[in-house]
Amino acid sequence: MKKTMYEKIWEAHLVRASADEVPILYIDTHLVHEVTSPQAFEGLRLNNRKVRRPDLTFATMDHNVPTTDRSLPITDLIAAKQMETLAENCAEFDIPLYDIDSPEQGIVHVIGPELGITLPGKTIVCGDSHTSTHGALGALAFGIGTSEIEHVLATQCLLQQKSETFEIRIDGTLPYGVTAKDIILAIIGHIGIDGGNGAVVEYTGSAIRALSIEERMTVCNMSIEAGARAGMIAPDETTYEYIAGRRFAPKDEEFDAAVEHWKQLPTDEGATYDRTLLLDAADIAPQVTWGTNPGMVTDVTGRVPDPADMTTADEKTATEHALAYMDLQPGTPMTEIAVDRVFIGSCTNSRISDLRAAAEVAKGRKVADTVSAMVVPGSQAVKRQAEAEGLDEIFRAAGFEWREAGCSMCLGMNPDTLSPGQRCASTSNRNFEGRQGKGGRTHLVSPQMAAATAVTGHFVDIRKFQ
Amino acid sequence: MEAFTEHVGRVVPLDRINVDTDQIIPKQFLKRIERTGFGEFLFNDWRYLENGEPNPEFVLNFPRYADASILIAGANFGCGSSREHAPWALQQYGFKAILAPSFADIFRNNCYKNGILPIALPADVIASLSQTAHDTEGYQLMIDLEEQSVICPDGTAHAFEIGDFEKYCLLNGLDEIGWTLQFEADIAAYENQSRL
Repeated sequence: MKKTMYEKIWEAHLVRASADEVPILYIDTHLVHEVTSPQAFEGLRLNNRKVRRPDLTFATMDHNVPTTDRSLPITDLIAAKQMETLAENCAEFDIPLYDIDSPEQGIVHVIGPELGITLPGKTIVCGDSHTSTHGALGALAFGIGTSEIEHVLATQCLLQQKSETFEIRIDGTLPYGVTAKDIILAIIGHIGIDGGNGAVVEYTGSAIRALSIEERMTVCNMSIEAGARAGMIAPDETTYEYIAGRRFAPKDEEFDAAVEHWKQLPTDEGATYDRTLLLDAADIAPQVTWGTNPGMVTDVTGRVPDPADMTTADEKTATEHALAYMDLQPGTPMTEIAVDRVFIGSCTNSRISDLRAAAEVAKGRKVADTVSAMVVPGSQAVKRQAEAEGLDEIFRAAGFEWREAGCSMCLGMNPDTLSPGQRCASTSNRNFEGRQGKGGRTHLVSPQMAAATAVTGHFVDIRKFQ
Repeated sequence: MEAFTEHVGRVVPLDRINVDTDQIIPKQFLKRIERTGFGEFLFNDWRYLENGEPNPEFVLNFPRYADASILIAGANFGCGSSREHAPWALQQYGFKAILAPSFADIFRNNCYKNGILPIALPADVIASLSQTAHDTEGYQLMIDLEEQSVICPDGTAHAFEIGDFEKYCLLNGLDEIGWTLQFEADIAAYENQSRL
């Protein structure tokens, strides 16, 4: 029988599947961070349980960590306590930890692929919805809650129902200035933030094949913003080339054998998906969100919508709420909206290629007087690479702050937050109310668009930016 | 986990679609290392004014809904972040069940693990129940999990779907880890066969 890649990985990981029981799925890699894990470890202790496979578990600190000088003490004592707790839990249960002082520290979804932990065909979970990122290498990767973290720690398995399959095929060539971020924002705009509910999305088509692994991560990362359980892209030569030589990746003959195995993973020709969507890459323009969820998005050449044009009463009300929160008037061209802050970072867009793209725009230019801009690399390794290439100097000379690695202002759990009423062009993944700081107003864009917005002080069509 | 069998409670309507978990429990409250203490921060940014006083315009603060234990909301409730702090906050506030046309996947799973029942009903049924809750002070619903039914005061019943395993876990307050560990031999066999 012809199978999709999801079905192949699913079946290869079934520990137990009786007709009248919920399937038990084996988990190859469990990634852990400081915010969603403390109650799971406490649950283990209360029930006198062990971590079944500490060797398949990796931990880092990313959500809470300050991005300023790491030699200074952490001023947020509650955050410091959460980081200490993770360190204690990892020591007690023998789990490898890349802590705040580690040269490998970074956003969990940046360091997993970077270290060669993320591999095709694996099942990967983490207590974070953006775990879908790892699907870019052909893994089945999804976010779980704290009870499920405890379940995986204790059993290395999850009780899971099989998802529907959803192919999103994008053929054609991306126009100049249009990025992976614009692809995924355009998809979410098209299917809505619940358009992927109940499904695992596989991205296919020539436009997806042409993307680098880092660009594929940007696409898969935001699968959850369409409600999908996971997003994945079949491995190919680009994938194998990316993996070769990474620290935890197989080496020599083992690598060759692994590649032969990975070549069996892509969806069989003729296999069918439960749902399919076709898009033409040539139709995609640079995207900017105008509202309070990632589906409230338009082309940069577009305008803020009018609630009166919405088709349902619920959407009309939601649009009114969003425009009131965002302090925007219907009909305003997106390029006339001025920002106070620019944030380049997050598990969506903080890898070296993202920073190179932003630096190319920033080079020789100055951040507008009205704007405060910051760049937060996704990992210490990305930071070192950027510094080796002189990107930090380009950003600093242009007036951007250059920070240490972490989640930072994507969710503002650390001191990097918007003040009430501040408007921000952000390369992150969520523009929910208060996400970047209570009362803060977030517009999601690509790294190129964010850098250009920093320079001009308002949104700008990167295709016309000189 | 606390078992869920039947529940009768007052209904509060939250007329919004796509309520995300950042709204249910904002990130500044995720730094606790305990499972408790989240109820007072449920819907914090909607529920309280800048000065910390309750926002009189937010529906949870209307005196008539003070002891509500059933929340009715718009479609795609619980989207966004996987934070289980969201169902913890809802449960610790006093909610036992949430009725909506649809739920985000991770949030729905997280509810089941915490004894909260997420009930998906057709959009027109939700709209009608919500309207009745607006119109009728003290409006209550009864939820019978065994029968998979939401029963209105006039006797009208609305059937809902739930997976057999989720239902079994909720009815019995089952420890899912204990459930899986009974198959330890299967897990070990899988690991041996896969050389993991």
